[in-house]
Amino acid sequence: MKVLVPVKRVVDYNVKVRVKSDGTGVDIANVKMSMNPFDEIAVEEAVRLREKGVVTEVIAVSCGVTQCTETLRTAMAIGADRAILVETNAELQPLAVAKLLKALAEKEGPHLFIMGKQAIDDDSNQTGQMLAALLDWPQATFASKVEMTGDTVNVTREVDGGLETLALQLPAVVTTDLRLNEPRYVTLPNIMKAKKKPLDEKTPADYGVDVTPRLSVAKTTEPEARKAGVIVKTVDELVAKLKEAGAI
Amino acid sequence: MAVLLLAEVTDGALSMDATAKAVSAAAKLGDVTVLCAGAKAADAAKEAATIAGVSKVLCAEDALYGHRLAEPTAALIVSLAGSYSHIVAPATTDAKNILPRVAALLDVMVLSDVTAVVDADTFERPIYAGNAIQTVKSSDAKKVITFRTSTFDAAATGGSASVENIGAADNPGLSAWVEDKTATSDRPELTSAGIVVSGGRGVGSKDDFAIIEALADKLGAAVGASRAAVDSGYAPNDWQVGQTGKVVAPNLYVAVGISGAIQHLAGMKDSKVIVAINKDEEAPIFQVADFGLVADLFSAVPELTGKL
Repeated sequence: MKVLVPVKRVVDYNVKVRVKSDGTGVDIANVKMSMNPFDEIAVEEAVRLREKGVVTEVIAVSCGVTQCTETLRTAMAIGADRAILVETNAELQPLAVAKLLKALAEKEGPHLFIMGKQAIDDDSNQTGQMLAALLDWPQATFASKVEMTGDTVNVTREVDGGLETLALQLPAVVTTDLRLNEPRYVTLPNIMKAKKKPLDEKTPADYGVDVTPRLSVAKTTEPEARKAGVIVKTVDELVAKLKEAGAI
Repeated sequence: MAVLLLAEVTDGALSMDATAKAVSAAAKLGDVTVLCAGAKAADAAKEAATIAGVSKVLCAEDALYGHRLAEPTAALIVSLAGSYSHIVAPATTDAKNILPRVAALLDVMVLSDVTAVVDADTFERPIYAGNAIQTVKSSDAKKVITFRTSTFDAAATGGSASVENIGAADNPGLSAWVEDKTATSDRPELTSAGIVVSGGRGVGSKDDFAIIEALADKLGAAVGASRAAVDSGYAPNDWQVGQTGKVVAPNLYVAVGISGAIQHLAGMKDSKVIVAINKDEEAPIFQVADFGLVADLFSAVPELTGKL
């Protein structure tokens, strides 16, 4: 059984991004880049399934600039067996990525996609659902538990009211939430090993996919900043301030 | 312009707050038709018809829609899509699950978590955990949108739209519901509560979260939590406030033992008044708090509860 795991290269989650003063976007020059945290959880889950013997091959995929190879090497250091880069300098929006992944699925024939529920840069939370729709596969988003049994996968999902469990026929798309697992630390020997694993390089044209963006950004602005207030010394003072502000 | 709005219906009940907020956002785009889908949806449809600004309610009552499975609900919306220029919903976990599936089937993008409507094609939405706001223009023939409810006021009630029962669409039959694990609570719902009291890693254990809950109950507040508290098992997942959890904007937000990572701030920084109680005076939460108290939460919170 094959699992495809899409991974995205994003600004590291510890970085507080700055909006460019001319409003054209966010300044990401010389900023630390990492694998999207939700995608790291997805790679970890796929590798655990292989370690349990349920899955035979884990393939990491990334769509984007050349430097995404670093992200793919990280995925292989966690344990993915091989990787595919769909290289382009074009801006890729979720629908375009879903179409590329669909084309890849048709070539590779996976039984399962495990992918992050959202990327922490554009915060879209769309690609997995779109991919499932395009493939006419079932989907289970926001997974906190994944159990494979024969030709179905049972997924527990984090929803607004608590948890919900679904049974999906394979092939299927699963998107990860934070509580699914805690990704392992990547060790130096595994980083060395990852350098020798196969990494195929493709382009959107190889898959005949039109990646033209559907949304254009008119401007990017800073949100209104909050001003720090006052530090109170005692609980009594806090209660008085809250009453004064009409908050209680 | 005509808008189809997927109402938030859970176990037959309408989530009035989320739906009415989405209606007030959608009303800027055109005539609003609300779709209530569920195993039971008649009562929800009747209630939705009372929201001011709704011109019509479609009620799709079928066992197929009982457990918010994405595949059948998306198929239903796609079957109705022809008559509408915009397909929208409040940005709940259900809508975030369903609408991208609808969009892909229509070969269009989703505008996620929209916080302002500029015109029929142009919208504002936060990126990078709310550290930047993008104004985006869509070139798609149909617009699929989820609205971040915390930034819109709820539409009033008093309307009397007509309710039309509609049949179910085809069942894609790809997935099945197994079980729900939901806790019922007498507390207000987190995303619509006027006051929220949240606990973080500093609370230290599931048992000690009782301190947070006691303060919340005294204030008639909902209880929230930081990601760290949820990851550590102190609080259930549906209490998480932040970039990838719930986004809240109550009149009063009390952050207890929460350091204030940017991912948490993304979920609460639009609150009207923010109180932070933390023993670490360097904690970033104090930079957004209106009132900060540098104190040990285990003494300060019970004292506060007692004095309210």
